[in-house]
Parts: sequence; C-alpha cells; structure tokens
Amino acid sequence: MRKLLMAAALVAFAGNILIGTEPALAADGPTLTAIKKRGELICGVHQGRYGFAIADKKGKWKGLDVDICKAVAAAVLGDGNKVKYIPLGSVQRFPALQSGQVDMLSRTTTITLTRDSALGLNFGPPTFYTGTGFMVRKKLGITKVDQLDGAAICVFPGSTTEKNIAALFKSKGMKMTPVVIENSKELVSAYMAGRCDVLAMDQAGLPGHQQYDAKTPSDHVILDGVYSKEPLAVGVRADDDQWFDITKWVVHALFNAEEWGITQANVDKMKASKDPNVTRLLGATGNLGKKIGLGKSWAYDAIKAVGNYGEVYDRNWGPPLNLARGVNKLWTKGGLMYGFPMK
Amino acid sequence: MAEQAHPPKTNRSILHSIAFRNVAYQLLLAAALIFLGWYLYYNINENLDRQNIATGWSFLSEPAGFDISESIIPFDSSQTFARIFAAGVLNTLHIAFVGIFLATLLGVIMGIARVSRNWLVSKLASAYVEICRNVPVVLHVIFWSSIIRLLPHPRQALEPFNGAFISNRGLMLPFPVDNVLYPWVAFTLVLGIGGALIFTRWARYRREHTGQYIAVFWPSTSITIGLPLLVWALGGAPLSWDYPELKGFNYQGGISLSPEYIALLIGITVYTGAFIAEIVRSGIESIHRGQIEASRALGLRHSFIMRYITIPQALRVIVPPTASQYLSLTKNSSLGVLIGYPDLVNIGNTSLNQTGQAVEAIAIMMLVYLTISLTISILMNFYNKLVAIRER
Repeated sequence: MRKLLMAAALVAFAGNILIGTEPALAADGPTLTAIKKRGELICGVHQGRYGFAIADKKGKWKGLDVDICKAVAAAVLGDGNKVKYIPLGSVQRFPALQSGQVDMLSRTTTITLTRDSALGLNFGPPTFYTGTGFMVRKKLGITKVDQLDGAAICVFPGSTTEKNIAALFKSKGMKMTPVVIENSKELVSAYMAGRCDVLAMDQAGLPGHQQYDAKTPSDHVILDGVYSKEPLAVGVRADDDQWFDITKWVVHALFNAEEWGITQANVDKMKASKDPNVTRLLGATGNLGKKIGLGKSWAYDAIKAVGNYGEVYDRNWGPPLNLARGVNKLWTKGGLMYGFPMK
Repeated sequence: MAEQAHPPKTNRSILHSIAFRNVAYQLLLAAALIFLGWYLYYNINENLDRQNIATGWSFLSEPAGFDISESIIPFDSSQTFARIFAAGVLNTLHIAFVGIFLATLLGVIMGIARVSRNWLVSKLASAYVEICRNVPVVLHVIFWSSIIRLLPHPRQALEPFNGAFISNRGLMLPFPVDNVLYPWVAFTLVLGIGGALIFTRWARYRREHTGQYIAVFWPSTSITIGLPLLVWALGGAPLSWDYPELKGFNYQGGISLSPEYIALLIGITVYTGAFIAEIVRSGIESIHRGQIEASRALGLRHSFIMRYITIPQALRVIVPPTASQYLSLTKNSSLGVLIGYPDLVNIGNTSLNQTGQAVEAIAIMMLVYLTISLTISILMNFYNKLVAIRER
C-alpha cells in the first residue's frame, strides 16, 4: 500500500514537472475561503481599552490590536479597511472564536498553556508584552505593592489578572478583597468612585484609564513593576493551520519591516531596495505570499495599511498615553520583538 | 342486517382504543424527548471534539486560583472550583432568602397601604408600585449601586449611631461577641416559637368549638421573645460588642455588608415588592364588600375583620402568584454579575473563563437554579394547600 502511494506521488510529481506546473500547494483552508468569499475579515477586539482597541466618537476603531486586524485584512484582501470589528467581553471572547463568530481574536489575550490546549486555540507571536500592574490614588501615599495589605481591588472577571493577584497576595501573606465586575466601564467607574483602593489590570491598560477616565489624571499613580507575564497575541482556532500561518506571518512581517527600515511612507520605494530580504518580503522578488495562500503583495499591503510594528506602537502608545516601549522594543534594541526569517 | 353484525371496522381497531392511545402517545412523546436529549448531547460532544476542546468534570477538583470578595463559607484561592461553586450557590441562596423575606414584608405593607382609606398613604403606595414595577430590574440594581458609590470614603464615613459606619465600602455594624450562653438563648427561642404555635392552634380550636375569642398576638409574642430573654437575663445578661474599626484601608471587626450586596438586595427587593404589593391588593379586593359590611354590622373590630375574614380568604388568591414572584426574585439575583456581587453566575462566569469549560459551567448554573426554583415551588404549593379553603 505504502509503495503504491509512493509510486502515485512520484508519478504525480513527474507529471507536474512534465506539464510544467508548479508544485501544488494545499487548497485554501476554510477560514481563508470564507473571508475571501465574504470580502471582509471579522476580528474580535476589546470593547474598549485605550491603546489596544477603542472606538472613537464616529465609531472608528483605533488601537494596536485593531491595527493587527487591519494588517491581516490588508494582507488577505488587499484593503486594511475591510474589517468588521466585534467587541467582545473577556468571558465571551473564546466561545466567539471557537464557534466561528470571529475569524481571529486580537483582543489583549494572554497566551497560556490551558488556552492553547484545552480551548482548542492557536496563538501567534506575541504582539505586546505586559504584566499585571496596579493603579492607586496618589493621596494614599503608596509606592509599593507590599503596602496594599487589606485593600479592595477592582479587577476584571476571568482575566489572568484575577489569578495573578490572588497568587501574589497569597505569596506575600497579604489579604485583599477583589471586586469583580464584568463590564469594563462599570469596573473603572467603581474604582474612580472610590469603591476600590486599587485598579488592577495589565499595566498597559492603566495609562489609558488614568488619562481618559480620571477627573484629574495626576491624582492617580501607576505603581512600578509588573507582576506577571502577559504575552498578548492573536488567537485563532486550532483546526485551520493555513489561517494560523497567515496571522503568524503577518505579525512577523511587521516586526521585520521595522528591523529593515520599511515604513508606511517608504514602502513603495523599498520595493526597489538592494536588500534581497526586503524585496522578497515586499513581493518584488519571489512569491512568499503564495506559500501561505495569499497574493504576491501581501506584506506590502499590510505595511502600506498600518506601517511597521514600531509605527503601530508609536501611533497607539505615543502621546497622550506615553507608555515607554520597554520590552516591546525590537530584539536589536534590547527588546523581545523578533521577526522570524522570511524565506 | 349485515351491517349490524359488522359494525364499522374502524371502531374496533386497536388504533381507536382509548387505552392504547393513552399509552402510545405517552410512549411516542417519551421517545421523542429521549431522542432530543441524546441528539443534543451527541451534538455538543461532537462539536467540542471537532474544536479540540477538552470536556469533563475533572476541573472541579482543581484549585480555582482566584479569590472572591465575600463568602459564607471560608474560601481561599488554593481551594477547588467545586468549593468556589458552593460559595457562589450559598451567596445566591443568601441574597435570595433575605430578598424574599424583605420583598414579602414590603409587598404586604404596601399592598395594605394601597387599599387604605387614608388618601396620602394609599397615593404614596400607588406611586411606589407604579414607579418600581415599571422600571427594569437591571436599572434598579445599577441605580442603587451608583447611589452607594456616591457615599463618602471610609475615612469620612457617616456614623448614624455609635459603632455603625456607612461609606462607599458598605455598611459596618457592631456585632455581639460570641458567648457560651447564646446557643441556649437560641434554643429557648425555638422552644418559644413552638410554644406560640401550639398556643395559637389551641386558641383556634377553642374559638371554633366554643365561639370564645382568645387574643393570640400578645401572648404568643411574649412567649417567643420573653423565654429567651429570661434565659439571657438569668445567665447574667452577658453582652459585649465587637465594634468595627478603621484599620488600614477599611473597617475590620463587627459585621459588614458589602455595597454590592446592599445594592443588589435593595434593587431586587423594591422591584419584587411592587409586584407583591399588587398581588396583595388584588387579594384583599377580591373579598366581596358585602362580607366586610356584614362583619361591621355585627360590630366586629377592623383588625378582627382583617385577621379572621379578609386575610384567610385573600391568601388563596395571593399565594400562587407570589410563588412565581419568589422564583423571579431568585433568578434576578443573577444580576449581581453586573455590579460585582459574587453570586453563582458571577463565579460561574469566571470559572468558565479560567477553565474554558463553558458547557459544564453553564450546566451547573442551570441545574442549581432549577433545583432552587423547584424547591421554592414545592414549598409554596405546600403552603398553598395549607391556606386553601377546604371544602367541607
């Protein structure tokens, strides 16, 4: 039987050479087929977290997670605006992805072993590294987490933060009262109204609430240090390998574009670059896109739509949030962002 | 003649036999239900498998890893999901029980006030009913939650009387320090209640057999309260209070009611109370005026008429719809999820998200609510049988 299959494969291969077609790649997976047919990418995002995903007054979505959706849409459909954003609560996000309500989840989602395995998901390269941080009122005079014994802490339900805080306080032998509210607006307003002493979430979420939700931002301080590992990444269903590859490599393309100096502004000019890495990425030479089921200009379109990773970061985390890049810098600058080889 | 010998065949067919039909239809229905159940089960399993989602109940014995703000049983993040679910169920039962008690009290008072001959009282009661039952219960809960947030910080807490503090962290009250005598006081309280019940029955028996009226209220109240009070006084009247004190971020000591608990309790109580008030009013108004006029003509006092003529007949109208109000109050307590009260749904949602066991977590929640609801129904049906007018 095995021999027979081998023979058949050989014949097929020879046939391909003789007729002159390229080696056949796998047909489009179900997700890519559906998106192409629909002409729109459906992306699950946060209901509203400054820097990651927030709808402005006109209902236009902005943020780092949103830009990743746009980059993927541009790579697949050639247009970064062909995205339908579905705002999801932290409890609904996984069922929404599992059931196929969204094509991908770009929603401040931490990669954990359980989510990767038991939830039937796959996670791409982290697009943002953060960790649990704490914001308190300045007049309490608190500078360290050790001073928070007995505090009431506002925290989102079902987030990794909830578990981190429980573990952190237990390890320090301290007590706390979690106030768990599903709706993020309600939760933040509970903290601002003084129901809680502390607002805890991924540290990157805090500057936004400080700037936009506090009456006087300077009344609040964000404590130094992060207390967990929160690599945030794009999640997709585990049953479609090709789609997983696409989301993964779009993110790598953005990292590499920053490393190789390709920006939204110079991407056209860079097509004529002398660096073979650059021309291969932009589709001027070779055809990387075809291997993942996309067109030649997939990476070009993605960069044209949102710029490289550094530009995406600065657009969303520059003023007024002013969150230092820290570990989110490129590996060449001492950070963790490392684009894989595009060959 | 031949037709007489052979009546129409169809009448004899087994398909038209009543006995056969009775059994067959039930069997068909049962088969359809079993098939539906199996199909749902099969479908869920199939889909979970296809999406590589792990299933099973083993997560219940794993540590939950997260804390909850309040719990009747001690809970710590290293304990299991099973225990945190139990804590959630108890929180739900706790608020439902207190809510049902308060809503009934409020509803009965407002219902009687609505039929009051005092213009102001009846109009105020009408205003309460119309405002509260026409606002969605979600808004009630969020409204009270926002009101409580406007209260001062713990450091500037209001102190209505010595040792009680009201702040945006909730209500802190002094609580008696436990004493060896207290279990005995509780025991005599139970004895007192038992005694009062027996006395009431005896009074009724006498009334029905001799027509002699014996006042019940004061004797039974004094048995209920007096007996434990006597034991307490004889034991040297031990009483010392544990006062809440501001330590660090919040008050410690005494007992505290969290803002979430208070907001949810007030929200579901005033909402359901309005419905119960209407039920009570309709119950009272279902009694024909002639009966009351006749009683007055006999020279009976107003309270006597209420107690022995109006209420016993009104209860049979009041009890069944009130039971469904109790059910909806219990289910409405799940709105705690909106404001952060750790009820069953709040804890279930978090567990669901931590473990990804959506089907299991939701199945647990459904089962618990079903059990609570059926229990309330059974109890209320039992009570309804007690108060129903017996045909003699």
